[in-house]
Amino acid sequence: MNPLRMKVWSPYLVGAGIGVLSWLTFATVDKPIGITTAFEYSAALTEQAVAPQVTQPYLEAKAKDGKVPKIDWEWMLVLGVLIGAYVSSKMSGDRAPEEKVPPLWGWRFGYSPGKRYVGAFLGGIIMMLGARIAQGCTSGHAISGILQLALSSWIFAPVMGVAGMAVAFLIYGKEGRSHV
Amino acid sequence: MFDEPLKLVLGLVTGIIFGVLLQKGQVAKFQKLMGQFLLKDFTVVKSMATAIAVGTIGVHALVALGLAEIHIQTASLARVIVGGVLFGTGLAIFGLCPGTSVAACGEGRRDAMIGVLGMFVGAGVYVAAFPALQPMIKAMADYGKVTLPQLTGTSPWLWVGGLVALIIIALAIIERIHPKQPDTKL
Repeated sequence: MNPLRMKVWSPYLVGAGIGVLSWLTFATVDKPIGITTAFEYSAALTEQAVAPQVTQPYLEAKAKDGKVPKIDWEWMLVLGVLIGAYVSSKMSGDRAPEEKVPPLWGWRFGYSPGKRYVGAFLGGIIMMLGARIAQGCTSGHAISGILQLALSSWIFAPVMGVAGMAVAFLIYGKEGRSHV
Repeated sequence: MFDEPLKLVLGLVTGIIFGVLLQKGQVAKFQKLMGQFLLKDFTVVKSMATAIAVGTIGVHALVALGLAEIHIQTASLARVIVGGVLFGTGLAIFGLCPGTSVAACGEGRRDAMIGVLGMFVGAGVYVAAFPALQPMIKAMADYGKVTLPQLTGTSPWLWVGGLVALIIIALAIIERIHPKQPDTKL
């Protein structure tokens, strides 16, 4: 059977694949896998077009580090993730279900999509603000940074893991475990 | 405005492979990520830990051969602690992380698309609030772009070996307790 038609691969196979992919990114462009810098640059470029005075201090600080927000390797990587997941889910038929609200969320907050959308939107804002303050996310810090033995990532990963668990148990409690 | 075309193509190809892996690993799903935070489903930890173990060996080999360099972020305590708390909090509310949320959009999930819109707004907030954030960032120590081997004056291979051994032991224990993933309701 074509492996792309399978819905699930072993987490160890997937993990090994991501590990080897990180070798390839260092070997080809000498960069670690990351996601959120692309969001920061896109937001900066958008804001620059709409309200340049707001972005000026940010852009000046970036310029000092020799960095200019642009459509770069990482930006295309994010686009690629979207395409790769689309193709993979199409080929295996693992597409989004009719039900727009995940079961755990629905059990806790009800099955109104509106409520879930508000939660996703606000969670997305807080998460990205945190990622940009810390300069990395699950990919950039928790995988790429940990494997490079970066002090920053070795602090970030446990902090975000404990915070995530605390908030998850605060929201869903022990009872939530029977709904995942 | 744009990187050179070859870099853009390489980025796209890398992303497509990453997207396929995230989708097949089922980690682009709210239920799987929350199952991990609630310590019921260990799919996320199994795949991440394996990625780190495999990745660290190859990347350090490339660095030792002079074919790549270490690219890390500065260990500003305010940045990683405040950022880490906000990140974990937002992640537990949204239920997807930045990479997996983009993959979930690829699966056609509406809530992930709204969350990614929120992420774009969050990035905009960071850029606009950049000057206002500086006093907070400068209030705590910054150890710079330093690795654990540099910090301790030890060989990176000691750390690579230790980390890989630790991950193998941890995964063996997890595999004993959670041999098969529960039938997560997706």
